[in-house]
Amino acid sequence: MSSLRSPLGRVAGLGAARGGVQHWWLQRLTSIALVPLAVWFLVCLLRLPAFDHATVTGWMSQTWTAVLLILLLLVACWHSQIGIRVIVEDYVHGAGARTLTLVIVTFAHTFIAFAGVFAILKVAFGAAR
Amino acid sequence: MSRYTLVTSILNRFTGAGLSVGLLLFVYWLMAVASGGRAYAQAQHVLAHGIFKVLYAALVIAVCYHLVAGIRHLVWDTGHGLERAQSQRSAWLVIAVSLVLIALVGFCLLSARGQGA
Repeated sequence: MSSLRSPLGRVAGLGAARGGVQHWWLQRLTSIALVPLAVWFLVCLLRLPAFDHATVTGWMSQTWTAVLLILLLLVACWHSQIGIRVIVEDYVHGAGARTLTLVIVTFAHTFIAFAGVFAILKVAFGAAR
Repeated sequence: MSRYTLVTSILNRFTGAGLSVGLLLFVYWLMAVASGGRAYAQAQHVLAHGIFKVLYAALVIAVCYHLVAGIRHLVWDTGHGLERAQSQRSAWLVIAVSLVLIALVGFCLLSARGQGA
């Protein structure tokens, strides 16, 4: 074969790696970011002396804690959305059901991300009494 | 297709899906913290239920495995370790390292609880 492009791809006029590479790259990018963020979060949780409201809000209202928590949450939601999307694409058959599932999954992740960021900011700004 | 590749790969997907559920729990906890002391105390009561304790243990296992297995995938993406013998070795390494990590986190959690935290 003189070309690596499949006959179907040539007919459809689509290359293999155009839009498809975007999700792959974002999944790798979020993976790399999540390695230090997840380790940081685990260590923080293990080092918290207690889980009562005063201790937790005291920890979360430290500037760097709030910033890193927001980063962790957003990157984790992004990573999760891409991961669940791949699982849905693999196991949910039928265009209608698949599209509907992907809409729900994306909405749910966006909702979770915004709720979490708002919660962290509210605590960080001292409004969670 | 060798079995070790199959198992480590499906476990990565499985733990990843579990961690998405963990994300729900994490945001529920964050919302509870943000809702003030009284609401947080109520949420703490809910989160202390036995079902959640099983879930916490599962999440610790899932985080440790997904983290270690994910690093293996990142190494693969650089084009290294893709030979059959290498990937078999790294499959065992992933299982061993994640088991050590699970034991370490579990030990820290249990010893912290022993101090009354």
